[in-house]
Amino acid sequence: MAQEDTNVIDQPEVMKPRMVSIEISGKKYDVPEGITVIKALWYTGQEVVRGVGCLGGFCGACATYYRTKDDPKVRTCLACQMAVQDGMSFTIMPPFPARKAIYDIQMLKDPKQDLFNLYPEAPLCRNCNACTEACPQKIDVREGVWKAVFGDFKNVSEMFMDCVMCGMCTPVCIADIAPNLVALYVSRAQGAHFAENPKGLDTRIQEIQDGRFNDEWKKILAMSEQELADHCATVK
Amino acid sequence: MDIHALQQIVHSTRDARRKQTIPKFSPAVRDQLIHKYHPDYRPSAYRPIRFGPNSNEKTVVELATLLEGDSLIQNDVDLTPDYTTDVLVIGGGGAGCAAALHAQGAGAKVILATKLRLGDSNSVMAQGGMQISVAPEDSPVTHFLDTLKGGHMHNDHDLLKTMVDDGPAIAKWLIDLGVLFDRQADGNLHVKKGGGSSKPRLLTCSDYTGLEIMRVLKDEVLNQKVQLLEFCAAVELLSDGNGQCSGAIFKDLDNHRYVVVAAKSVILATGGIGRLHIQGFPTSNHYGATGDGLCLAYRMGAKLAHIDTFQYHPSGAVFPEQLVGQLVTEGIRSEGGHLVNAKGERFVNELDTRDVVSSSIIRECEEGRGIRTMSGRVGVWLDTPLLDAEHGPGTVEKHFPAMLMQFDRFGIDISKDPVLIYPTLHYQNGGVKIDTNSETNVKNLFVAGEASGGLHGRNRLMGNSLLDLMVFGKRSGLTAAGRAGSMKQGKLTVQHLQRFRADAKKHGNLSNVISPMVLPAYTRKES
Repeated sequence: MAQEDTNVIDQPEVMKPRMVSIEISGKKYDVPEGITVIKALWYTGQEVVRGVGCLGGFCGACATYYRTKDDPKVRTCLACQMAVQDGMSFTIMPPFPARKAIYDIQMLKDPKQDLFNLYPEAPLCRNCNACTEACPQKIDVREGVWKAVFGDFKNVSEMFMDCVMCGMCTPVCIADIAPNLVALYVSRAQGAHFAENPKGLDTRIQEIQDGRFNDEWKKILAMSEQELADHCATVK
Repeated sequence: MDIHALQQIVHSTRDARRKQTIPKFSPAVRDQLIHKYHPDYRPSAYRPIRFGPNSNEKTVVELATLLEGDSLIQNDVDLTPDYTTDVLVIGGGGAGCAAALHAQGAGAKVILATKLRLGDSNSVMAQGGMQISVAPEDSPVTHFLDTLKGGHMHNDHDLLKTMVDDGPAIAKWLIDLGVLFDRQADGNLHVKKGGGSSKPRLLTCSDYTGLEIMRVLKDEVLNQKVQLLEFCAAVELLSDGNGQCSGAIFKDLDNHRYVVVAAKSVILATGGIGRLHIQGFPTSNHYGATGDGLCLAYRMGAKLAHIDTFQYHPSGAVFPEQLVGQLVTEGIRSEGGHLVNAKGERFVNELDTRDVVSSSIIRECEEGRGIRTMSGRVGVWLDTPLLDAEHGPGTVEKHFPAMLMQFDRFGIDISKDPVLIYPTLHYQNGGVKIDTNSETNVKNLFVAGEASGGLHGRNRLMGNSLLDLMVFGKRSGLTAAGRAGSMKQGKLTVQHLQRFRADAKKHGNLSNVISPMVLPAYTRKES
């Protein structure tokens, strides 16, 4: 099969590999320097089902804890977006059993107040900043939680546009908040309840319902292939 | 030469290039260019499919081999259902979530099964936006004509009209769910112009459009308590003995057990095919994009359309190696970013259709005007710093935060340095043939999103995919749900499989692979 022939670990370092020693879940391996963490897993013969996703830094599936040589600090990354280096140690994060509140976004009466019913732990933030430090997307998560609690939903929704829902902020929270889920609720509430109604969109929906384009459709759909091609060419 | 030194040509030619206007190619030149350089026109990459509904039609070797592959399921498999439902949705991306939400909203019992996690899909990676004709100077008709032109007039007219007409209502649905589209100062939706479109029509959420939509849809699927089967890969459909679909068999990837789901109707929303690495191309696609739905539907007797045409997105990253194949969003070009060859020249109107731009890039590289990386890859420059020069400092950072971060992780600041790009396998233009309600020629088998075919013709315009999957996700969900009340659960058999195997035998047997592929084989074997 073609796909088995494809050598995806085709880094320059693999062609002329400078090998580095790393530790995956406590076991030592030698892998080519510079390949991504996820490729290091494949390189060492490990099949990854949980812990792999879009491979482009958008889906948050490959949330990973890592530590570098001589540094006791455990950091976080997305495994598809991080290159391995000598002495690195890493483990893919298992799914964390955070509680997601269930709500009907359209039926919310007072979304800013409802936050305290849905996520009562949100105002208990103790300002420790562990969530911000854990965020591989560099979001100021702590600030976001505070803004959410103080009702600044607009700002929170902007701050969390980068959030890939990897959930790394959750296990580190000493107040048991799941900041990404709080932010998702806040963003949705902002969109559904506080963003301005786009009038142009309503107008267009009405125009379609009223059949404003029907004559034009009739004309176009009756055209021969050549006529249609010629007509398309006139659209500028 | 060092790649960083080679970048200098982009900086030194920027001012001169800014004064240039590159006209679009004439239709004749476009055709010539595409026929000579587009990967869809490399005859050696294609072969006829030997049997099945598209027998004797050509497709790429990688896909033909999978379509002719054998099922994991044997004829004597135990078909006692583990679950019974009205509507079974296979696939947890945009189309799958939209289908599940609409079907359940219409009162049907729904199960959503997905190979990886809920939401894992190409949809989440969509950066550029979603085409919907909301601007006053625009109309669904213009959207139709632009798309038809982009698809080289091969688009299914009924499907296309349905999509453009349903578009605005879809935008409303998403806004009501809390999707934060970019706005103008007056509160109206901000629209950008995409390649091949005559009017600004792209609805965006910064350069995280897919991520934002999927965060909301996933959350809504959880809020609506749709029953989920995650890490369950579909390995075979079930048929009632009269050619109608009646459920599916899954393999639970956590414990390798089979799971049988009896369903009155099935919606395949399994996405595309990039991870087959057709013709050896890198891909922008999700890990799970292995074309599973095509194999399942094909064995069941569903006809495929346009499966000889694929989209190679013009701008896949070529450097650094860690990002090879990842998209550099078209938004950069739609905001004026130039494509620049090794001589510092522009060579195509950057806003021409994707197939034309891709073909032009391949031409530059094949004719020796590309830039080679240390690992032997070739590409051309995309002048990203130009955006800050043109629209003011901070533009790149403000409009493309996702891209900025992606490259920054490897020490490249795209607001200061250009990036090297080459076409990457991005989208399967064709797929399973459907009608305007998303149903295939196999009764009660629906297909929505990238796995379906016909809508985009032979080339998809930027931003039409997100709309496609919402519109046909919705329609498949509503139609399947509407049918559930009035019909009985069909018998659970694999008779179609017996027929398929017999058919294969007549034509020189099955290929020696098991399909669907489920996950790509990237794990390094012991050497």
